[in-house]
Amino acid sequence: MGSINLRNVSKVFGEAKVIPSINLQINEGEFVVFVGPSGCGKSTLLRLIAGLEDVSDGEIVIDGQNATELPPAKRGLAMVFQSYALYPHMSVRSNIAFPLKMAGMDKGEIDRKVSDAARVLNLTDYLERKPRQLSGGQRQRVAIGRAIVRQPKAFLFDEPLSNLDAALRVNMRLEISELHQQLKTTMIYVTHDQVEAMTMADKIVVLNRGNIEQVGSPLELYCKPANLFVAGFIGSPRMNLIEGKFAEAKGAKTVGIRPEHIGLSRDSGLWEGTVTIAEHLGSDTFMHIQVQGVGTVTARASGEFWVRHGDRVYLTPDETKLYRFNEKGLAL
Amino acid sequence: MARKVSTQRKVAFTGIAWTIGFLMFFPILWTFLTSFKSEGDAIASPPVFLVFNWTLENYHEVQSRSDYFGHFWNSVVISFGSTLLGLLIAIPAAWAMAFSPTKRTKDVLMWMLSTKMMPPVGALIPIYLIFRDGGLLDSRIGLVVVLTLINLPIIVWMLYTYFKEIPGEILEAARMDGASLMKEVIYVLTPMAVPGIASTLLLNIILAWNEAFWTLNLTTSNAAPLTTFIASYSSPEGLFYAKLSAASTMAIAPILILGWFSQKQLVRGLTFGAVK
Amino acid sequence: MAVRFLSASVLYLSEYILGAAKMATIHTRSVARLMMAPSVILLFAWMIVPLGMTIYFSLLRYNLLMPGTEEFTGLLNYEFFLTDPAFFDALKNTLLLVGGVLAISVIGGILMALLLDQPMFGQGIVRILVIAPFFIMPTVAALVWKNMFMNPVNGLFAWLFRLFGAQPLDWLAVAPLTSVVIIVAWQWLPFATLILLTALQSLDEEQKEAAEMDGAGPISKFIYITLPHMARAITVVVLIETIFLLSVFAEILVTTNGGPGTQSTNITYLVYTQALLQFDVGGASAGGIVAVVLANIVAIFLIRMIGKNLEA
Repeated sequence: MGSINLRNVSKVFGEAKVIPSINLQINEGEFVVFVGPSGCGKSTLLRLIAGLEDVSDGEIVIDGQNATELPPAKRGLAMVFQSYALYPHMSVRSNIAFPLKMAGMDKGEIDRKVSDAARVLNLTDYLERKPRQLSGGQRQRVAIGRAIVRQPKAFLFDEPLSNLDAALRVNMRLEISELHQQLKTTMIYVTHDQVEAMTMADKIVVLNRGNIEQVGSPLELYCKPANLFVAGFIGSPRMNLIEGKFAEAKGAKTVGIRPEHIGLSRDSGLWEGTVTIAEHLGSDTFMHIQVQGVGTVTARASGEFWVRHGDRVYLTPDETKLYRFNEKGLAL
Repeated sequence: MARKVSTQRKVAFTGIAWTIGFLMFFPILWTFLTSFKSEGDAIASPPVFLVFNWTLENYHEVQSRSDYFGHFWNSVVISFGSTLLGLLIAIPAAWAMAFSPTKRTKDVLMWMLSTKMMPPVGALIPIYLIFRDGGLLDSRIGLVVVLTLINLPIIVWMLYTYFKEIPGEILEAARMDGASLMKEVIYVLTPMAVPGIASTLLLNIILAWNEAFWTLNLTTSNAAPLTTFIASYSSPEGLFYAKLSAASTMAIAPILILGWFSQKQLVRGLTFGAVK
Repeated sequence: MAVRFLSASVLYLSEYILGAAKMATIHTRSVARLMMAPSVILLFAWMIVPLGMTIYFSLLRYNLLMPGTEEFTGLLNYEFFLTDPAFFDALKNTLLLVGGVLAISVIGGILMALLLDQPMFGQGIVRILVIAPFFIMPTVAALVWKNMFMNPVNGLFAWLFRLFGAQPLDWLAVAPLTSVVIIVAWQWLPFATLILLTALQSLDEEQKEAAEMDGAGPISKFIYITLPHMARAITVVVLIETIFLLSVFAEILVTTNGGPGTQSTNITYLVYTQALLQFDVGGASAGGIVAVVLANIVAIFLIRMIGKNLEA
């Protein structure tokens, strides 16, 4: 249970074509991440699947059944909202119980399911509190609890971690991944953060201006970006994109090389450059290097690499890890 | 960022603030005290503050001589009646404007507000004549209608600002959770809208209770609320301070208590959401 | 057919209840219009009918004591009203009353708000004490001040004056307008304080600290940080008070009756005396229209202010 199929789905708001036309297959049990810059249509796509927006054209098929015309409640999906959307006047217990109550489940059953969910999510001690008495992370867990009690066909997450601080975000990321391991339910997760996408997804859908740029596993996207957009979006720090003579020599309009695929040396190499900024993280060193005739190149050295602003270094890109793109930005 | 404040400074400010607070409140306190005095004590010179023969006689007299509670009841009927009627009319309007806004919503709101700015003398004469010809002068129903109309813009505005704060995502969450329309209204919308409606109710009862242009001009005796009744003490033969104080204390006490509860809503309501 | 109609109307009703939750389709837009209709129609009628009638009456010679003699006189009523010396007195008094109360309540309100924002014991209680006068019925406020404070024989002020060996003042006879200003200001000072205090408390503490780090002393902090932050609240106070103060009525009615002479008559009160005491409907209507025009000048500014705020 939990396969979702989008067939020629499009969405038009007034004059604006937010989503021109999308085809997408989401398999049962998959963790799918929609990723892209803000305004790329990823949230709209999620809301179309949820039924919170009407599709302008096309079909949404859930578990083989055409759900295009079904209201959100009938689709058997659960959603975790960016603002959590907890009911402020209800206790944590009532919030989690709400979908079960709406389904007309009997009280004993509701209590049992709520306490199960609370145990899984470490909320047992907070069941009688109101949402405003909880921390951000706890609210997030209540929102997840409200979603899991109904045992939906799929979970939809709309940028669920964007309101949390960095440390908590890493924690919740792990918790959601663990949850997916436990439940094995389909999850669709929207984020603008490619790190979240890379770490959590089975399958990443990269969106840009309402179009799917590429679909694939995290490593596929990393190793074989289909175009310039995906190449620039996936990977941190960003891939260096170099135009001009160097690219022409390789028979391409643009050549991409990831910072981690550039060899560094103090005395010899293909390119000579001056360090403008060096970021020492301990485990890695990131350098922004001004290279004559190429531009600013970002390079990564594993571990500590002692350079400072103004130092002279030599760079050698790994020829086997070069990405070549044509005039249209497509990979060669 | 709580900062350490020297106790000295704090004590000094406490002293000044309490003095000013006491002075501002003094006329009310003095009225309250005088209401328990005999008429003799009330005009004693030098004035007596706390040491006098406390008596409830004035309250008794005010009621027995002039049907005080009749007027009190008029005030209750007029202020609650006009507020409830106003809410009945305003809730759908505010609801529609908050949840399905169009390009013109803002203009409609501004226009509604502008009707509140028309000075009452601009409408006094026609309303007076209409009321005279329609037998509505000195009737509670007539005043309920007028006060509903003059406060309607404020009611719509206040409700609008409250309804707008109900986040759309919560309604969507309820629908994802499988709530039907009716259940959504009962379990999610109503509980979230009630505090705003209650605040609006409170502020408008206060405004209607204290309204003193239309009540003074459109009532004389039968339907006279407390504003008109108290005004009758302005004639020289009504110069009985203790009784005036007793009548005044009863007229202001309920609203003073309501008012203290609604301080925060008051700012929002009276500035049309411009200051929160 | 009937079933379809029934189900359609049930749907319609449910959307009426919940115009909110649905998408903005043409259908819900018409429901929204239906929901707004009662308010809009009533307010429109309330605005246009009396105003139209007042304009109409203002063009007539129309006295309630001489029924049946109404006739069209053009702008004669306006000529009489605007050239009446009482009008100039009333206009002057209206401006003095509005200006005086505004000055007291805004300046006093800023000072009180600054004071109440300081750390102290029992802040909540002081706040309650200061705000209380705003909730007092205008007729009660006026009568309490008139009798128990300003009365030349039995008032507390008279006693205070005598205590310091001065001659007690007959406030309402000697300084009628000032007395009215004091009474009205007592009611509106709390309003200004409350709103300015609310604005003051929304000032970001870090902004003040940043100013301190930048070397601003208490006075420059007030002038460059606090005052600009309160500017909008001050404007709102000024405009809203002006709207209400242009129509001060009860306080004059129960204290001075506009007198002695016309010394404390404002435009609202002048229109009232012409209409309900002299029964001159035509003249009073002309006065009413003049008052509407004056109020509109203020209203335009207020509407703009609040309108801008709506977008923010």
